[in-house]
Amino acid sequence: MSFINYSAREINCKIVYYGPGLCGKTTNLQYIYARTAPAAKGKMISLATETERTLFFDFLPLSLGEIRGFKTRFHLYTVPGQVFYDASRRLILKGVDGIVFVADSQIERTEANIESFENLELNLIEQGYELEKIPYVVQYNKRDLPNIAPLDELRGLCNPKGVPDFEAVATTGFGVFDTLKLVAKQVLTELRRGK
Amino acid sequence: MNPDLVMYEEEFQQIQAVCTRLHRDASAKAVLLIDKNGQLIADAGDVANLDTVSLSSLTAGNVAATGGIAKLLKEKEFTGQYHEGEETSVHMTLVAQRVILVILFDERTSLGLVRLRVRKAGEEIAKIFEAMLAKVAEPSAPSIFSEITDEDIDNLFKD
Repeated sequence: MSFINYSAREINCKIVYYGPGLCGKTTNLQYIYARTAPAAKGKMISLATETERTLFFDFLPLSLGEIRGFKTRFHLYTVPGQVFYDASRRLILKGVDGIVFVADSQIERTEANIESFENLELNLIEQGYELEKIPYVVQYNKRDLPNIAPLDELRGLCNPKGVPDFEAVATTGFGVFDTLKLVAKQVLTELRRGK
Repeated sequence: MNPDLVMYEEEFQQIQAVCTRLHRDASAKAVLLIDKNGQLIADAGDVANLDTVSLSSLTAGNVAATGGIAKLLKEKEFTGQYHEGEETSVHMTLVAQRVILVILFDERTSLGLVRLRVRKAGEEIAKIFEAMLAKVAEPSAPSIFSEITDEDIDNLFKD
């Protein structure tokens, strides 16, 4: 749910990074945080366990510039990927404007990808959303690893609707900003279309 | 699903006035009004040294988690929360099901006074939001997006 503030001349939107445990959602945000000018970002918050697994969410506020005198601010969130944190994932999806589904390209994570994608669809329905009606993009992460599934196979499993998708290596930043830019653009286009 | 939240100048001034008065009447350190999704709407008092963006996000997460607990316990909601600190205490209240009124206060005031003032301010804020939502629902409501073109959006993402 976007927040349009005419008084402060701001457009605020929420983007959620979704995907199975250890797929690289937090790494995406860490890379964005590291490569963004200090003036354009706020503090990155990670509510994580002692072993650095996301417990509740990561949060990164980001400014992407101005449109017609309105500042565009994006709040990036990750969900905890581990299966048993489902209640927390549902909470974070509330008010979402755009989604990045991060798939783990490793062959042994195929089932985890499918399970997470189905979980996303289900949790959106529970919040009164439909994935088809929300701007979303898919990112195939960890493309640098040796044991990865072919792209076509991943597409068939995690992107049946054929939405825009990207190969990525979040640790080096490859594909990270392409993914973010496209989902942010889709969110703004959708807001414009809805008015 | 809640519609988009839109804040116009007129309602912003009304909400700001309520927050400023609440800050004074409750002898609080600061007052924040936060959308349930974690966006800061208004603030009053000593906020210069506060990271209000992070505070807003974490408060919304906290209230959402508490709401989740309420649901599991078959409670409609827990409307208020209080965290007692050594120097600063925090009182959070859900107003009109969609915004969170946060009061930061210290030993210069009491929880009783804060609660009393919050109740009245919460009612006023609820009324302002009701009027604002009705205004947004009108077909003639102004929208920045009627001015923005696809080209404007493209330009934002040019390298």
